[in-house]
Amino acid sequence: MENNRKILLEAKNLVKEFYIGGTKKNPQVVHAVSNVDLQIYEGETLALVGESGCGKSTLGRTLIRLLEPTSGEVDFDGQNIVGMSEGQFAGLRRQMQIIFQDPYASLNPRMSVKQIIAEPLVTYGMKNKTELEKQVKALMKEVGIAEEFYNRYPHQFSGGQRQRIGIARAIALRPRLIICDEPVSALDVSIQSQVLNLLKDLQEKYGLTYLFISHDLSVVKFIADRVCVMFLGSVCEIGDTDSLYEKPLHPYTKLLMNAIPKADPRLRNEEKELLSGEIPSPVNPPSGCRFHTRCPYAKEICRQQVPEGKTVGERKVFCHFPLG
Amino acid sequence: MNESVVLDVKNLKSHFFTAKGEVPAVDGVSIQVPAGKIIGIVGESGCGKSMTAMSIMGLLRYPGRVVDGTITLDGRDITHLKPKELSQVRGNELSMIFQEPMTSLNPVYPVGVQVREAILLHQKTTKAEAKQRVLDIFQAVGIPEPEKRYYNYPHQLSGGLRQRVMIGMAMVCRPKVMIADEPTTALDVTIEAQILRLMKRLCAEQGTSIILITHNMGVVAEICDYVYVMYAGKVMEQAETFELFEHTKHPYTQGLLKSIPRLDEKADRLYTIEGVVPNLLHLPKGCSFCTRCDQAQERCFTEKPGLYAAADGHGVRCLKYESGVKMDGE
Repeated sequence: MENNRKILLEAKNLVKEFYIGGTKKNPQVVHAVSNVDLQIYEGETLALVGESGCGKSTLGRTLIRLLEPTSGEVDFDGQNIVGMSEGQFAGLRRQMQIIFQDPYASLNPRMSVKQIIAEPLVTYGMKNKTELEKQVKALMKEVGIAEEFYNRYPHQFSGGQRQRIGIARAIALRPRLIICDEPVSALDVSIQSQVLNLLKDLQEKYGLTYLFISHDLSVVKFIADRVCVMFLGSVCEIGDTDSLYEKPLHPYTKLLMNAIPKADPRLRNEEKELLSGEIPSPVNPPSGCRFHTRCPYAKEICRQQVPEGKTVGERKVFCHFPLG
Repeated sequence: MNESVVLDVKNLKSHFFTAKGEVPAVDGVSIQVPAGKIIGIVGESGCGKSMTAMSIMGLLRYPGRVVDGTITLDGRDITHLKPKELSQVRGNELSMIFQEPMTSLNPVYPVGVQVREAILLHQKTTKAEAKQRVLDIFQAVGIPEPEKRYYNYPHQLSGGLRQRVMIGMAMVCRPKVMIADEPTTALDVTIEAQILRLMKRLCAEQGTSIILITHNMGVVAEICDYVYVMYAGKVMEQAETFELFEHTKHPYTQGLLKSIPRLDEKADRLYTIEGVVPNLLHLPKGCSFCTRCDQAQERCFTEKPGLYAAADGHGVRCLKYESGVKMDGE
């Protein structure tokens, strides 16, 4: 990764906590995202991976202020968007879009395809009806939905087609950043590959930047330039895809890769090291390194001290004893 | 496959009688399950893999019904058992675990009691003895602190633990065959790997055969001995796992395998199978895959292919392998 690449979005010490009860003196808080530092370069795909409940979706939403961060800073194109007034932010917001996981829940069943795709355009001031129709049809063509479905409703489409509609809506305003929150997890494999190819084509054509949230490491390997592995609200490791897959530095990354079932029976290994136990509660996260309760290599220091980020080449790893 | 066959499904046809017409959800499926082996049924949503399982379990509901074929469990025909006879087989010799462990456990009873019920229903034993067996099986499926967990309600357990309880419940009567319908789809990869390893171990230790239904080729490659690939209600290809992955013959299976992103190579584009799964009410006249097949010829659109043997124990439903012996009696 050359250093002269432009940073599009940068999170600095970002924290998101959810208050879930308890007393004023002793509040119960879910530590969903804790002190995350992250840079997304213009034109790249950064993947955010981790198990469910690790805070990857919360982080994605906090980055574009769909959730207000508890503390910390998010710079978009050099401007801090946290604490910006709605008026100021409105102009920037159209540059960031999101594609959701569940294509059944993310489209309003009472709106037709044309209304769904036109909505962002209308919101941002397009009034001319013929122009609107022309644009919506162009967008539909772009994502591979036939024009004659213009007046249909979401329930008349399959999961893959709905996801395409969601994509058309996201690219309607020509955004610079799109958060893809598990966009293919709900789809069958044969449909999944169609949508992944589409996302790649659109990125090339419009120079889009993606934050691709996923739990599927094989999909991530295909689509991402860089990968950020998260565990329980904090970052374990960030690095470019190829070297991270070839040589994981964080024990969690390595065990996560071991766990993926590989579509080749020759790679079967009944002895391979697996992660034991389950994710600790984000209400009372473990002290020190959050992974220490499941880590086979944990030592005393891991229980006491939060690991500092260590830079190894172009990569960054948050571990007291990185593998290597 | 000459090992002793525990479960033999022959030419099973389950149709749904809907207002729009008769839907052939399972259309002539034959499956043999040898003792102590793990059989995989893989396919995309709507291909009939779950309906095959429900038919075997006798769980098909109106408007669906088994219209043809036989299901033989250990030499006994169980296709058309009366409900009372069926409930003695189900949960005892034949058990099933479902995809969503939250909805398949009763939220108002402690999990231990629910597992104990399976024993009390099927076997003559005292409550105390049955409880001890539940604690033993909890231990065997890797539930920490079984004594404490026995009295927990489903909502107090994580997804992985709930699935372990389900597996415990399915295994506690030492069934001959356990059907697992997408047992790990709702779980994280790290938990999935634990559960798969557990199933493989139990299968080996207790001699139970498992029918594993999944859409994930990786899961199949990881633990199955023999695989059936289904599409639109039919078995498209069947072979031993290594044979299937190394000498993939059917264009559909080839396409499926090519469209999964791989960890060991970097591709710029993924292979795609164009189009979508056809509506079972309006299947093509010939091969049901012909409209999406990149190797389809003219005859594929008019002639229905049989299941031909392409190699020993390797069946392919494709006209390209017509020269092989027909494996099904259509």
